[in-house]
Amino acid sequence: MKQERILLSHGSGGKLSYQLTQEMFLKAFDNEFLSPLNDQAIFDLSASRLAFTTDSFVVSPIFFPGGDIGKLSVCGTINDLAVGGAEPVYLSASFIIEEGILIQELRIIVDSMARTARQTGVKIITGDTKVVEKGKGDKLFINTSGIGIIRNDRTFSPHLIRPGDMILVSGSMGDHGIAILCHREGIQMEVPVESDCAPLYNLVHDMVSQSDGIRAMRDPTRGGLATTLNELAISSNYGMIIKEDLIPVKEEVRGACEILGFDPLYLANEGKLIVIASQESATAVLEIMKKNPLGRDAALIGTVVDKPQGKVLLETAIGNKRFLDMLSGEQLPRIC
Amino acid sequence: MKYIDEFRQRDAARKILEKIHGISGKKVTIMEICGTHTHTIAKYGIRNSLPSNIRLISGPGCPVCVTSAADINKVVEFCKREKDVIIATFGDMMRVPGTESSLQEQKAMGKDIRVVYSPLGALDIAMANSGKQVILYAVGFETTVPTVAATILLAREKGIKNFSALALHKLTPPAMMALLDSGELDLDGFLCPGHVTAIIGAKAYQFLAKKYHAPCVVAGFEPLDALYGLYLLMKQLEEGKAEIEIQYKRVVTWDGNIKAQRIIEKVFEICDSNWRGIGKIPLSGLRLKEEFAHFEAEKRFSLANGIDEELQGCACGKVLKGIITPDQCPFFGSTCTPETPAGPCMVSFEGTCAAYYKYGYSQYKTTD
Amino acid sequence: MCLGIPGRIVEITTDIMAKADVAGTRKEINLMLVEDVRIGDYVIVHAGFAIQKVNEQEAQETLRILKEFTEGMSP
Repeated sequence: MKQERILLSHGSGGKLSYQLTQEMFLKAFDNEFLSPLNDQAIFDLSASRLAFTTDSFVVSPIFFPGGDIGKLSVCGTINDLAVGGAEPVYLSASFIIEEGILIQELRIIVDSMARTARQTGVKIITGDTKVVEKGKGDKLFINTSGIGIIRNDRTFSPHLIRPGDMILVSGSMGDHGIAILCHREGIQMEVPVESDCAPLYNLVHDMVSQSDGIRAMRDPTRGGLATTLNELAISSNYGMIIKEDLIPVKEEVRGACEILGFDPLYLANEGKLIVIASQESATAVLEIMKKNPLGRDAALIGTVVDKPQGKVLLETAIGNKRFLDMLSGEQLPRIC
Repeated sequence: MKYIDEFRQRDAARKILEKIHGISGKKVTIMEICGTHTHTIAKYGIRNSLPSNIRLISGPGCPVCVTSAADINKVVEFCKREKDVIIATFGDMMRVPGTESSLQEQKAMGKDIRVVYSPLGALDIAMANSGKQVILYAVGFETTVPTVAATILLAREKGIKNFSALALHKLTPPAMMALLDSGELDLDGFLCPGHVTAIIGAKAYQFLAKKYHAPCVVAGFEPLDALYGLYLLMKQLEEGKAEIEIQYKRVVTWDGNIKAQRIIEKVFEICDSNWRGIGKIPLSGLRLKEEFAHFEAEKRFSLANGIDEELQGCACGKVLKGIITPDQCPFFGSTCTPETPAGPCMVSFEGTCAAYYKYGYSQYKTTD
Repeated sequence: MCLGIPGRIVEITTDIMAKADVAGTRKEINLMLVEDVRIGDYVIVHAGFAIQKVNEQEAQETLRILKEFTEGMSP
């Protein structure tokens, strides 16, 4: 492509659009379903249970330590399928591009999507591109939808959670949230922490293929651990007690949170799991998680209890208990 | 983390609590003036672990909460009127509702409102946007005042013309005095704010001991600091003493931070100030001195006074004075929640109502 | 009332600016409000400024008192 930047004409459906599709998207995502460039991808799954999900990605900045919006958009959808016990197979990718973005930047993002998809054996089989005027977007938005196959008759759902079950996390909390935040205007903080952005299917596969004690899984993205646990408590209608001391949080993330007045339990994660497992299986599940590089720092952080129904309690570092609420509003740097 | 984790030890906390429980069954009311203490006490579940004879009430120590509706309305109205200005403010102020709108809502309507971590951030914005006027909308007590004063001195030194401040700072000791003088409260002692006192020095509380015979302990903000501070206060009360004690000696001295005090005096002078729920307290605020008038946003843009109308029925005023606890307000948890705050005590991270709501300590006993 | 966190000075960048380290996270801070700050000193960081030095001796003393106080008790 001769142009250096994306122009409105790249989204007009004309020659430039064709060129962009051919030279960038097809090259990167190349597969038999996409290459005919039909209006739809036609495939045969011959499976009775499928999982289907969609998510939009509007992260700013679009490049951050540990990843970029492209990697994030593929991981996010893979993870939403994986936590339901599905094997992700096909993805769609839809781009809303603000005119003026460097074509080179877009190429890096698209390549990163292709690489991440390949890692998990997922194909991007259909897509769309639109270009909006300068100021009408924030560089780049990506929507991905995904289809996954459920290969057995197992179900993972908060409704299966019972008192006595154990709560596990696959690693440290808040890495993604802090990695993104430090690059926002006016924060000027150096944190040696990368986003944890990663596709979790392989980890989930290890767990569910080796243990049948897993009741439910979630990836604690926006709103963090605290919000996701509250969702699980509400859907299961049981209570949860977790211990602050047992929750893995990197020292640097804690430090950054102390400076800004944030709570790491409300920060987003993009490569972590919350797992609810039966009491008998919890230790074994923990061991399986620890053997996978993505679950190396996995920890058992608490238990499911009868009461208080639909609430999460936190045993604080000094041994008292208090409620752990969902995130309200967004976390903003504060002075008091 | 050094100087943080050492003061969050579980065993030590349990032992101090044990000791507090063993002091006496005398009924006492202690006010933690500072919102950061309110927050520590709530976040670590301390309130419910104390014996029932200790009534811990929260004072007017959250700068967001004590900012009058008139002052919030003033800046919101200004936002609506002016087109080419950038308002830089601390994250704390974004969601506080004025009578009609908040800064957050103004931002959603396209106004350029930016959250800064430091007053210096506002200066950076001014330098990067020379065509626009940048107004630092700052609240805060004595801890934050010198940071704003230093920023104004830097702005003058660097000759930054498009920067001004709407500084609504408030002073702590006059508010404590006003509370004691109001006769509405029966207070036995004060847990005093560590970081305010780091600046003004513990000597600023001499009036408490002398005039009101009220003991006070200046405490740090880690859970062990707050707990040990409470223990020291209980011991004074038990022994009938009324002294100024410093628990937070690693940061607080008798005289405070003289250099910071000088910088404050260079830039600000004392004036009367309006506190939400309390009203006008003589000599409890600060305004820029005449020689810094051109950094005074109020004069520069002839900001009109906002309407001083607080939401009918919102009991923030009484909560701020410690007369009622948040759950005694009819709005609490029903029409007023952190998502739809009716008053500032629910908005601010360290507002008493937000702490009650978020950490739910009225509903759950730690002994369960 | 006022969030303030102890950070260790790791670099003095100009006559009024420094970098403070809190558990591996580094933040630019202003030194105008404090006197005689050296690399290795701990300061309380508030709103981008060092507002006071942490007195290490007093910190140790407080920890000693807490230790004595809690260890001197019957379990």
